[in-house]
Amino acid sequence: MSRRKEDAVILSQEKIAEGIYSMWLKTDAARGAAPGQFISMYSRDGSRLLPRPISICEVGKGKTSLRVVYRVTGENTGTEEFSRMEAGDMVPVIGPLGNGFPLERAEGKRAFLVGGGIGVPPILELAKQMNCEKKQIIVGYRNEETFLKDEFGRNGELYISTEDGSVGTKGNVMDAIRENGLAADVIYACGPTPMLRAVKAYAEEKGIECYLSLEERMACGIGACLACVCRTKEKDHHTNVKNRRICKEGPVFLSTEVEI
Amino acid sequence: MNMKVNIAGIEWKNPVTVASGTFGSGAEFEEFVDLNRLGAVTTKGVANVPWEGNPTPRVAETYGGMMNAVGLQNPGIDVFCERDIPFLRRYDTRIIVNVCGRSAEDYCEVVERLADEDVDMLEINISCPNVKEGGIAFGQNPKAAEEITKAVKKYARQPVIMKLSPNVTSIAEMAKAVEAGGADAVSLINTITGMKIDIRRKTFVLANRTGGVSGPAIHPIAVRMVYEAAHAVKVPVIGMGGIAKAEDAIEMLLAGASAVSVGTANFHDPAVTMEIVDGIGAYMKEQGFGTVSEMVGIIG
Ligand SMILES: Cc1cc2nc3c(=O)[nH]c(=O)nc-3n(C[C@H](O)[C@H](O)[C@H](O)COP(=O)(O)OP(=O)(O)OC[C@H]3O[C@@H](n4cnc5c(N)ncnc54)[C@H](O)[C@@H]3O)c2cc1C
Ligand SMILES: Cc1cc2nc3c(=O)[nH]c(=O)nc-3n(C[C@H](O)[C@H](O)[C@H](O)COP(=O)(O)O)c2cc1C
Ligand code: FES
Repeated sequence: MSRRKEDAVILSQEKIAEGIYSMWLKTDAARGAAPGQFISMYSRDGSRLLPRPISICEVGKGKTSLRVVYRVTGENTGTEEFSRMEAGDMVPVIGPLGNGFPLERAEGKRAFLVGGGIGVPPILELAKQMNCEKKQIIVGYRNEETFLKDEFGRNGELYISTEDGSVGTKGNVMDAIRENGLAADVIYACGPTPMLRAVKAYAEEKGIECYLSLEERMACGIGACLACVCRTKEKDHHTNVKNRRICKEGPVFLSTEVEI
Repeated sequence: MNMKVNIAGIEWKNPVTVASGTFGSGAEFEEFVDLNRLGAVTTKGVANVPWEGNPTPRVAETYGGMMNAVGLQNPGIDVFCERDIPFLRRYDTRIIVNVCGRSAEDYCEVVERLADEDVDMLEINISCPNVKEGGIAFGQNPKAAEEITKAVKKYARQPVIMKLSPNVTSIAEMAKAVEAGGADAVSLINTITGMKIDIRRKTFVLANRTGGVSGPAIHPIAVRMVYEAAHAVKVPVIGMGGIAKAEDAIEMLLAGASAVSVGTANFHDPAVTMEIVDGIGAYMKEQGFGTVSEMVGIIG
């Protein structure tokens, strides 16, 4: 009985782009938190029971606080409820959950750190902690609202793509990689499934080791309900079938192990 | 005050267990809950062979509840016996194994395999709405329910709890049918079949199209059905459906349940069962109940 759902205290909340919020939380979940892991955030409204899985965007100094950056997905949603909270308010959380990106695989190598859309936030803590030969951060956005851009710029070589071409390469992250003639020995990526499919195909074609952070609907967030599985190539040791729990063994997987 | 209950000859230290499928085999909750403080742990449905389950998305949130169509994914009885039973045996709690199948033979094979295992009770799921042959055929026809109960009882060494579906016209009739078949107890309710549509994508939210609704939203329906079942049969009733706090559990007991299961609420707070155990104890003290059985079915 070493863990519990706790009331995290909001230290600050800020709107950083249209519909995108950044929140610093004082929470025990910061202890031992690693890039690529997530926390479950809970609504206080009794009509919304399930956790909202949100990636760890930054771990504060001293490991007593965490930053999350999240998108409000619509009216009357849990994320909208979070966005209305202020410093001093409390939000119930459990974390850190899942397994993060294997940082050690990048040592001495040229790495791609790829983020797309609301998959961008976890790439920040990854970039901050990564120790590699060449740190190439490639992030894709819809438009000129390139949240976290300055922080990325301070933590590696930054390449941006936007769907409307307003900043950086017009197109997606793969277009930015090609346009800039980038190369890597290891890839880390988080973003929408079509982006992850493209990254996976690219990595496998070139034989590059690649880690993908996957997303799925969750109910428990702790590995008990089997809601959040992804298809795997081989039989998984826990489930004994060809699928694996994203909340427990993931959300980060070696690209060649999963089918997306 | 004594919180012990006796369900079909098996003594539990208190009337609280967890609903199958919401607690895995307990291992994932070990960090959040003192498993020794549960009356019993009811495990995720297990079949004779591994099942892959349904495509994702498998769950959706609904107002005050959720829907699931996990499709009874499970590792099969062999892995379950090797891994999950020894894990649970380390704790001082009762083990209830929930069994699923596609045919009478499937159920009987699992039940026979469990005969020599160190588990306390069996719960036979004849009510899963999320797989075509997930037992629901047995769970919606009284004659078929009676037959499957009889078949399973032939092989069972442990007391058999038949888990009933709410997706029927008369829950009393179903409860009577499994009692006639030799059930040692009944449990209810399983999830209520529902559907959710994404109006932007103009399609079903769940890959399975339909799913089982659970959580606080279904609690009043569950209380009514537990009441009706408890009045229809003499065997003990295990009540579940939307229990999220001690008061909900107490309602079930007063309606006639001899014990309760907590399901979806575990997703909202993994330690909720501990509060429910404590809350029932506090209520008994406040109301002057010396034993749980004094309060069971008290509303008449
Ligand atoms: C591992 C992981 C990390 C994530 N990290 C971030 C992040 O850092 N920032 C961010 O903005 N978003 C992130 N997401 C997506 C985020 O979880 C959803 O946008 C959020 O749950 C939507 O909740 P809501 O209250 O806005 O919507 P509602 O419509 O109220 O949600 C209803 C239910 O659906 C679930 N749900 C809806 N969309 C998603 C989705 N895309 N993925 C999983 N569950 C969903 C909700 O959790 C909730 O249970 C992450 C998802 C996963 C799986
Ligand atoms: C994700 C999930 C998985 C479930 N899996 C099973 C199962 O394997 N076997 C079973 O008999 N019932 C299963 N159920 C039904 C529950 O055990 C319970 O009957 C139902 O959810 C109502 O209780 P609740 O409202 O407290 O969740 C499942 C329910 C959920 C939400
Ligand atoms: S959300 Fe329950 S197993 Fe992952």
